[in-house]
Amino acid sequence: MTPDAEIALAVSDLRTRFGGDRSGATVVDGVSFSLKRGRTTALVGESGSGKSATALSLLRLIDAPGRIIGGEIRLGGENLLSLDETEMEAVRGAKIGMIFQDPLTSLNPALTIGKQIAEVLLAHKDVSRAEAEARAVELLTHVGVANAALRVNDYPHHFSGGMRQRVLIAMAISCSPQIIIADEPTTALDVTIQAKILRLLHDLQQEMRASLLLITHDLGVVAAMADEVLVMYAGRIVERADVDTLFHAPQHPYTKALLACVTDIGGDRSVPLEPILGTAPDLKQQQVGCRFAPRCPAVQDFCRREDPCLMALSDRQEVACLVVQRERNLMAPADA
Amino acid sequence: MPETLLEIRDLAKSFPARGKGNAAVQAVADVRLTLKRGETLGLVGESGCGKSSLSRLILSLMEPDSGTVVIDGEDFLGASVQRKRLMRRRIQIVFQDALSSLNPRMTVGMNIAEPMRLQGLGSARERDGEARRLLDLVGLRASDAERYPHEFSGGQCQRIAIARALVLKPDIIVFDEAVSALDVSIRAQILRLILDLQTEFGLSYIFISHDLGVVRRICDRIAVMYLGRIVEIGPAQPVCEAPRHPYTEALLRAIPIADPRRMRVEELGLIQGDGFGSPKPEACAFEPRCPHRFAPCSVKRPTLIPVGDHHEAACFLNDRSQRKGDS
Ligand SMILES: Nc1ncnc2c1ncn2[C@@H]1O[C@H](COP(=O)(O)OP(=O)(O)OP(=O)(O)O)[C@@H](O)[C@H]1O
Ligand SMILES: Nc1ncnc2c1ncn2[C@@H]1O[C@H](COP(=O)(O)OP(=O)(O)OP(=O)(O)O)[C@@H](O)[C@H]1O
Ligand SMILES: [Mg+2]
Ligand SMILES: [Mg+2]
Repeated sequence: MTPDAEIALAVSDLRTRFGGDRSGATVVDGVSFSLKRGRTTALVGESGSGKSATALSLLRLIDAPGRIIGGEIRLGGENLLSLDETEMEAVRGAKIGMIFQDPLTSLNPALTIGKQIAEVLLAHKDVSRAEAEARAVELLTHVGVANAALRVNDYPHHFSGGMRQRVLIAMAISCSPQIIIADEPTTALDVTIQAKILRLLHDLQQEMRASLLLITHDLGVVAAMADEVLVMYAGRIVERADVDTLFHAPQHPYTKALLACVTDIGGDRSVPLEPILGTAPDLKQQQVGCRFAPRCPAVQDFCRREDPCLMALSDRQEVACLVVQRERNLMAPADA
Repeated sequence: MPETLLEIRDLAKSFPARGKGNAAVQAVADVRLTLKRGETLGLVGESGCGKSSLSRLILSLMEPDSGTVVIDGEDFLGASVQRKRLMRRRIQIVFQDALSSLNPRMTVGMNIAEPMRLQGLGSARERDGEARRLLDLVGLRASDAERYPHEFSGGQCQRIAIARALVLKPDIIVFDEAVSALDVSIRAQILRLILDLQTEFGLSYIFISHDLGVVRRICDRIAVMYLGRIVEIGPAQPVCEAPRHPYTEALLRAIPIADPRRMRVEELGLIQGDGFGSPKPEACAFEPRCPHRFAPCSVKRPTLIPVGDHHEAACFLNDRSQRKGDS
């Protein structure tokens, strides 16, 4: 793996708001990151931190009155935020494939599996219906559905949870996108099926040399899958690091706290569980200072006044924590 | 050794076939378990192996085909209607989806006190007082009693469900995937609460999950279930560190470890096939998927035999006489 892998998608200062101008909340608030070709980037953080909102923003699927209020999303030479709706439609599915959080509701119960996969191909590729349906069988076989030629005629309710997830993956990769976004693809599944789906996603991603953005709150899944990790808290990315650094030298107090909550099979039973006390801030309110300050065990007075921004500690790690930054004598940028 | 509080004797339950060409599903088959006072027993296995069916049988929410449940030496399932009602106070359950198990039209306080009302206990005032006391105990505010379930997050609803399970001062609580849907940090909070309550009140738990990682963390003993049967049972440490059934082994290897130096996706264990359908009656149910299967596995069903201290497994690999015949 070369450190300077080719950038496939670059997001800068993305800001997304839900709700009205006054009553709403900016749930993605100045998020910047890039996805690299052939690499997996994990996006972690607790429920409500804005992971799904970030993913949906990349596809511009934020429903009104919610909207993207700023930033840039560069794919190839284009800024996705300046495309018109028809141009954007051509990006969805074809250049960016998406596996949504809820496998049950993202399939149409009234349409056979084969037809649903074929629809995606018909929308983006210059193929006949017969070709699209034949390709659907190939895709299903590819994602490990046995007897695909027969199973294409089944409806979603004939499939188990793990099988439906395979169908969604088949749809997401049908047009060989450069970017695959998978939002909690295994959270609803049991561990044995999860293992199969993770392996499948990994193999497909390697084979297509695609970038995978994997959203999850399961740190075991992150450790197994990710090359790079983004940690999100209350609408912001608070730490970015390669996977080894994140697990072995985490810097942000929130990342450390998250790692202390892990209950996996490798865990040491004698170390007591250390839940993170308190709750995330209400983003409807104006935020002053660091958003994690009220729950932070390392909080200092200045944390409650100044708003930290992400700064590089090394070429493998960036952190948005004033305490860490001051310890290392990092200066805030002149304009902050 | 602490005394036995709950004894499950040969419980069995099958469901009639659904759809054409399908055989009946043996959801629970000859399950025998004991639970000691103050102990936590974990019950793990993949989706559909019969964990929830077993918990519904234990709570007497469903009639078994055979077998019974004994609480403190007294037959629970066979008790008279009146006696059973009293015995129900001693064993409570918390489900995965707490929000849907709460009544949306009742305040949180009324939801928590509902089991008391059903049992005809206390005045309305006393019940409300009890609900407020419990809200405080599970880390919510007493004033939350006046609010409605939909105003709470998933983790908070789970706390409310736990408060409700505590209201009759039970001896035993069954947690059926009670933390599976929760975020890691909220999950850690709930697990901590469960452990603290146990220390404070000496409760006994049956903790059901498909995630051995969580179970390992809080259980004294673990029972592994496969297609309705217990295939391995023993103290948590040997079951997780030196499993004696290939299914337990496979389940353990399917769990990602939160350390990239210890496990990457390439090393995640995959179990071939799936655990659905009806196994051959005269064979080991895991045989079709087992990487270690040998001659006897397809013609005889292994029973639980001792493999260590308080540790049992149902696999011919542990049975000398079978292995000799093989080689
Ligand atoms: N359609 C919507 N309208 C208004 N608010 C929304 C909407 N969707 C999400 N939100 C809010 O935006 C915030 C971020 O939500 P998001 O779904 O991105 O979280 P998440 O990190 O994906 O959480 P989870 O792990 O639970 O999926 C939350 O506070 C949520 O309540
Ligand atoms: N009421 C019912 N009628 C018919 N079949 C049922 C019924 N309840 C459960 N089953 C079947 O019995 C088997 C065991 O189901 P059960 O819900 O007990 O499994 P589980 O281990 O709790 O699974 P999960 O992890 O998905 O909750 C499954 O094959 C299921 O389809
Ligand atoms: Mg989400
Ligand atoms: Mg269940």
